[in-house]
Amino acid sequence: MLKKYTIIAAAFATVAASNANADSARDYISIVGSSTVYPFATVVAEQFGKTTKFKTPKIESTGSGGGMKLFCAGVGVQHPDITNASRRIKKSEYEKCQKNGVKDIVEVKIGYDGIAIANSKAAKQMDLSLKDIFLALAKEVPDPKGGEKLITNPYKTWKQVNADLPDVAIEVLGPPPTSGTRDAFAELAMEGGCKTFDWIKAMKKKDKKAYKKTCHTLREDGAYVEAGENDNLIVQKLESNHAALGVFGFSYLDQNRDKIQGSLINGKKPQFESIADGSYPISRPLFFYVKKAHVGVIPGMKEYLSEFTADKAWGEDGYLSDRGLVPMPTDERNKYASDAKNLTALKL
Amino acid sequence: MNNMSSQTEIDEAEIRSRRTIEIVNQGLKRRRAAEKRFRFYGKLAISMGMLFLVVLFASIVSKGYTAFLQTYVKLDVYIDEQKIDPQGTRESETLSRANYGALVKSTLRGMFPDVKSRRDKKDLYALVSNGADFEIRKRVMENPALIGQTLSLWVPADDDVDMLLKGHINREGAESERRLKDNQLRWIDQMWEQGRMEKRFNTTFFTAGDSRDPELAGIWGAVSGSFLTLIVTLLLSFPIGVAAAVYLEEFAPKNHLTDIIEVNINNLAAVPSIVFGLLGLAMFINLFGLPRSAPLVGGLVLSLMTLPTIIIASRAALKSVPPSIREAALGVGASPQQAMMYHVLPLAMPGILTGTIIGMAQALGETAPLLMIGMVAFIVDIPGNVFDPSTVLPVQIFLWADSPERAFVERTSAAIMVLLTFLIAMNAIAVVLRKRFERRW
Repeated sequence: MLKKYTIIAAAFATVAASNANADSARDYISIVGSSTVYPFATVVAEQFGKTTKFKTPKIESTGSGGGMKLFCAGVGVQHPDITNASRRIKKSEYEKCQKNGVKDIVEVKIGYDGIAIANSKAAKQMDLSLKDIFLALAKEVPDPKGGEKLITNPYKTWKQVNADLPDVAIEVLGPPPTSGTRDAFAELAMEGGCKTFDWIKAMKKKDKKAYKKTCHTLREDGAYVEAGENDNLIVQKLESNHAALGVFGFSYLDQNRDKIQGSLINGKKPQFESIADGSYPISRPLFFYVKKAHVGVIPGMKEYLSEFTADKAWGEDGYLSDRGLVPMPTDERNKYASDAKNLTALKL
Repeated sequence: MNNMSSQTEIDEAEIRSRRTIEIVNQGLKRRRAAEKRFRFYGKLAISMGMLFLVVLFASIVSKGYTAFLQTYVKLDVYIDEQKIDPQGTRESETLSRANYGALVKSTLRGMFPDVKSRRDKKDLYALVSNGADFEIRKRVMENPALIGQTLSLWVPADDDVDMLLKGHINREGAESERRLKDNQLRWIDQMWEQGRMEKRFNTTFFTAGDSRDPELAGIWGAVSGSFLTLIVTLLLSFPIGVAAAVYLEEFAPKNHLTDIIEVNINNLAAVPSIVFGLLGLAMFINLFGLPRSAPLVGGLVLSLMTLPTIIIASRAALKSVPPSIREAALGVGASPQQAMMYHVLPLAMPGILTGTIIGMAQALGETAPLLMIGMVAFIVDIPGNVFDPSTVLPVQIFLWADSPERAFVERTSAAIMVLLTFLIAMNAIAVVLRKRFERRW
């Protein structure tokens, strides 16, 4: 028994001693952030690890907000070098970064991600407008009898929302509020439909809070089902439930085109072309942010940036487009590639 | 007089007992039925439980068993010196950075000479996994004499091809709606008929780390991470747990303080594991500055979680050793410490080990606390020590379940099968230990 204690004591001593070494020299890039960017960043990281002499970067999927928090916590090897985000950095986050000594941040936009509203191939393809989506899913909608008044959403079927739509009950499976996809869906689809009512649009100037509440709040009476963060699960549920629609990232639609079909939004199909040129209305840019102070300290940072911003990765025919990332137009790509190369710091 | 009264008493007693018997007889049928029902409920409960288990296992196995096979393509690759080492230096730096993808592409073009357009070529190249480049690179690096020769080797096919041949992708439907185009289907069929494609045992799955290409992804990285994490957990929680149990059970005075400690230990066993993750983040990472995502921190957090399990099981095991053992030892002059170490503890060991193994099995299946300390991450390199970033088996399952690629569905189920195998093995060891070494008094 005494021997055992000596061993344990020795183990503790080694742990304490080697801890110092492990911390002072990290030889791999540490990346955190959005779960939407994760499937793309991991592909680049793997390619980078296999084709260069550097170690494969470690990528944690923490969500955009969680990633920013870790990223902005400070400069030093214990803090991550890069954070992925499915939205632009917020002013408050930028200021927090500045306060914690993370002065120079390089912003790199990597492309676009569309949000698809899809249903099973066994059902009829839907042709929705943003207004239909808003009326079908908002908690409170303008009174159909007219007047500038909000009432609790009375619509039960799509046909009630819009006479051209089929007579099936409204049932939409989508992500929960913690998801970035949900934020983007609320901002782009719901608010987009909300704005089509002039008097609500006018509300934005008078009472921004009430405007946001009206436009972003989804109904809670069972028509919108929070189906969890796992997009694969939503796809599987659509397969078995032909009456339901699902809301998820474009790459999942792209991978499952034999089972599900994307609905037309404002007459546009969810496709690479329509998302890239911006005509598909529910799409958002994806970013990553680089801590400039870590470039040159952590090995391989510059090389990782050049791998990500090379045409073979994020270009029109690059390997990221095979994974469902919608590439940016050439001019935009050139701009961000040169930003990444020269490490141009972001100013907000 | 006396006789008389005793006679009547006996009669009365007889009448009373006869009445009781009648009452009992009347109720007997009902009681037997109730007994039967009671047993039936028990059987029903067990069969329900078994049914759920069978459904769970059947769904996992039926989805996952195909992942143990992987489609491979046979390529005859001419290792062209002009393409990979034009100077003929044979330096490892040159060989390491050479474009092996070009060799694969030219081989494929050679197999289907009628493919001309850029679009078609791209479709053709997509049939073979990226892993082919790395495989050839590895072979050439090991043996540079291969340059200038034709190397015949089996490389993994792309995950879409694999899914098609396993029947997870439909051939029907409009071309634009399919992952594989008409011409790709034609090439695949052609290769299959020529015997250039076959399903083989998927060794990659057991030897590789994580990858975003399903055909290159494996669980070895996660298994190593789980192993390192559990070693740390065991080294910490076993000695601490046993020492705490021995002291509390055998030596500690019974007072308010020890009562409070006992209540807290029992309480700790019921605390949701995510709370330990938050504690680990605040203590080990933010305060002590240990690296994120390291098995060391994972092991520390999981030991906090398994400690109460081990302490409670060890105390129960110690309690079941009869006092006569202690008294006999003390009676022949052993000190309390000697009585403990040489007599009581060895007899309690099977119970303690059973508790420890069950605690370890719990720790093996845990994800929630690891979320907070950064072990939910994409990690390709296999961790070699407790400071390397790593992930664990259940986290790997979670990450794969969330991946868009179709081929990860079966790999998720296969990884669950591996995890279940480990869990069943650990629990079986616990049962065997108990059966073989447990003494009854």
